[in-house]
Amino acid sequence: MLFAVGTFIISCNNKAETTTEDTTAEPTETAEVQQPTPPTPLKVYTKDGVSVKAYDFDKLEYFLKQKNDTTYVVNFWATWCVPCVQELPHFEELNAKYKTNKIKVMLVSLDMYKMVETKLLPFIKEKQLKSDVVYLRDPDQNTWLPKVDSTWSGALPATLIYNKDRRKFYEKSFTYAELEKEVSNFK
Amino acid sequence: MKTVKILGTVMLVAFLSAFGVKNAAGGYKVGDIATDFSLKNVDNKKVSLKDIKDAKGYIVVFTCNHCPYAQAYEDRIVALDKKYKKLGYPVVAINPNNPDKVKEDSFANMQARAKEKGFTFPYLLDEGQKIFPQYGATKTPHVYILQKTAKGNVVKYIGAIDDNYEDAAAVKTRYAENALDALVKGKEVSVKETKAIGCSIKA
Repeated sequence: MLFAVGTFIISCNNKAETTTEDTTAEPTETAEVQQPTPPTPLKVYTKDGVSVKAYDFDKLEYFLKQKNDTTYVVNFWATWCVPCVQELPHFEELNAKYKTNKIKVMLVSLDMYKMVETKLLPFIKEKQLKSDVVYLRDPDQNTWLPKVDSTWSGALPATLIYNKDRRKFYEKSFTYAELEKEVSNFK
Repeated sequence: MKTVKILGTVMLVAFLSAFGVKNAAGGYKVGDIATDFSLKNVDNKKVSLKDIKDAKGYIVVFTCNHCPYAQAYEDRIVALDKKYKKLGYPVVAINPNNPDKVKEDSFANMQARAKEKGFTFPYLLDEGQKIFPQYGATKTPHVYILQKTAKGNVVKYIGAIDDNYEDAAAVKTRYAENALDALVKGKEVSVKETKAIGCSIKA
């Protein structure tokens, strides 16, 4: 019965553009014991002076659950995803403008394994990305996608904004104004 | 607290079911009746599900030319068609993207791609992008497995083809095949929905 309920709720929220929010401050059964130190990457890719750390989802999750006074803006993207690349400058702008205001942008690349050295690293260099870029290599998406947000259908781009009190997920593209406005709600 | 939450959820579900609230914004959920369509195939002929002879159901795949995830699955979609068409479940592929937004997904490019990859199934253009929102597809590839019944084509499975887009050889669970095997045997599909990364549909 519970499984059926879960399935229903997930399918019910499966629409083209969704946002979900969880403002409940009470600790839930999903709260995890915080890892004291950042996880060790699976691998570090380096090319032409640019590096990117690769994580599986268990390791990446550390960056999605930090409990401190910073608001994290985590954008899921890929170099081949046209709307992702279009909105990337907005995330860069936000990161640059607010880096002293306890707002931190993390760009989680979902490029394919074969593209990391041929596409992702050259892209980071060419665009001179200043936000943190990490590479998520975890093909078992059906397991980890719902852990980012139960409503995520899997379409890119997608963004998670969170701090220790609040968490909101967006399966959509952003303009700069929209992004800045959303983040301002996390103060 | 937990009990209250569960009770609340159960009541909500009961309420929604009782009033037959359809998932209008989000498309179909498992158990819904899927719409038929009449869309132009790469051979310039219109294709509808009802025209496909001897079908017991259909593997409707929203896919396209440009998306690397869709490309990664092309050979596996052809394999699905080859295996299940003779068991009554043929593949019907639909490109949901607006070719004005993505040139690579134009009708001419679809024709070229179907030929190049040796598609054994219809590859249809969702002209005007009217069908994919009814299904609730959000990305490519996005699979809907339908079973033909007296009431219409019932959605039996929504989601991914398998659990490893990157490497067909490393796949552990073949979600679509498992669902199809169950249907072919007249059994209930055990995993009815899965999630996977894909390219957002460009309407």
